[in-house]
Amino acid sequence: MTTWHVVLLASILCFGLKTLGYLVPARLLERPTPARMVDLLTVALLAALISLQTFANGQELTLDARVPAVVVAAVMFALRVPFIVVVVSAALVAAGIRALT
Amino acid sequence: MKIRSAEDTRAVRAALAVGLPTAAYGISFGALATLGAGLDLWQTMVLSLVMFTGGSQFALVGVLASGGLSAWPAAVASAVLLGSRNAVYAIRMSPVIGRGFARRAVAAHLTIDESTAVSTAQGSIRSQRIGFWVTGLVVYVGWNLTTFVGAVIGDLLGDVSAYGLDAAAAAAFLGLLWPRLATLQAQAVAVTAGFVAALLTPALMPGLPVLVAALVAVVFGATNWLGATRRPSPSSSEGTP
Repeated sequence: MTTWHVVLLASILCFGLKTLGYLVPARLLERPTPARMVDLLTVALLAALISLQTFANGQELTLDARVPAVVVAAVMFALRVPFIVVVVSAALVAAGIRALT
Repeated sequence: MKIRSAEDTRAVRAALAVGLPTAAYGISFGALATLGAGLDLWQTMVLSLVMFTGGSQFALVGVLASGGLSAWPAAVASAVLLGSRNAVYAIRMSPVIGRGFARRAVAAHLTIDESTAVSTAQGSIRSQRIGFWVTGLVVYVGWNLTTFVGAVIGDLLGDVSAYGLDAAAAAAFLGLLWPRLATLQAQAVAVTAGFVAALLTPALMPGLPVLVAALVAVVFGATNWLGATRRPSPSSSEGTP
């Protein structure tokens, strides 16, 4: 195995995984139970991504500048502040805390 | 596609708010791949151009950086495990993308966390499509440009998390989740999935916690636990955007 072999093998496998999902027939997902699962799947995946993006540092859980940033973001979303303003504010909060500590 | 309604504009805004900070992370990847794992510029670019799924790319070069080339089975396995959630995303996106071999092939390539997240958070099928394609293309072009920059000059910039981009990405995902939390069932799924993903992070290989968290949705969906009973009351349809 050279580095090129590893790079190409892993790239092709990862692309294959993406393609696989598109080969599942669409009508399987139209009945009520699968449709509900698919809807809740979005919620679960987003919640999992938020959780990891906030607390995970590699395979460790940490409490750092991201936590207050996400709390500020949650408050701003609750107050119906526009999306992009919230995202920029969250970045500024985290960057600010990191600059000061 | 021409942008027409307010809904379209919202989809594009969400796409940019999620896509741009994500794309900026390519700098870290380019730097880690070349400086950390010792890949050359072209190998680094092939990963961003062909593999194009950030978590897997970081995992691959991370394992190679710490274990060397002899660790290639672990490097490939962690990239594949991390990338397996894209297959779930693809199932979710398949009806949104529509028909046509070429379109589905390109869509498959752009099926990642961000494009799926932005798309599924939109209301109409049209804005779901806009969300998917704009996010996917913004991240693809941006990620490859920044990978190149990172591979060439990455060591000059240092850790990009100093600019708060990681928190920006978390906030962007939160903004996508927020409107979907109207029902008790959705709230329960979100809290459970978030806990499951975090608690499993130290125990499982990277990529697997998200997949196990996805099972929470399957369990709630199959049993309709805490779900609305199908009574024709005017309030029962509320909260499904």
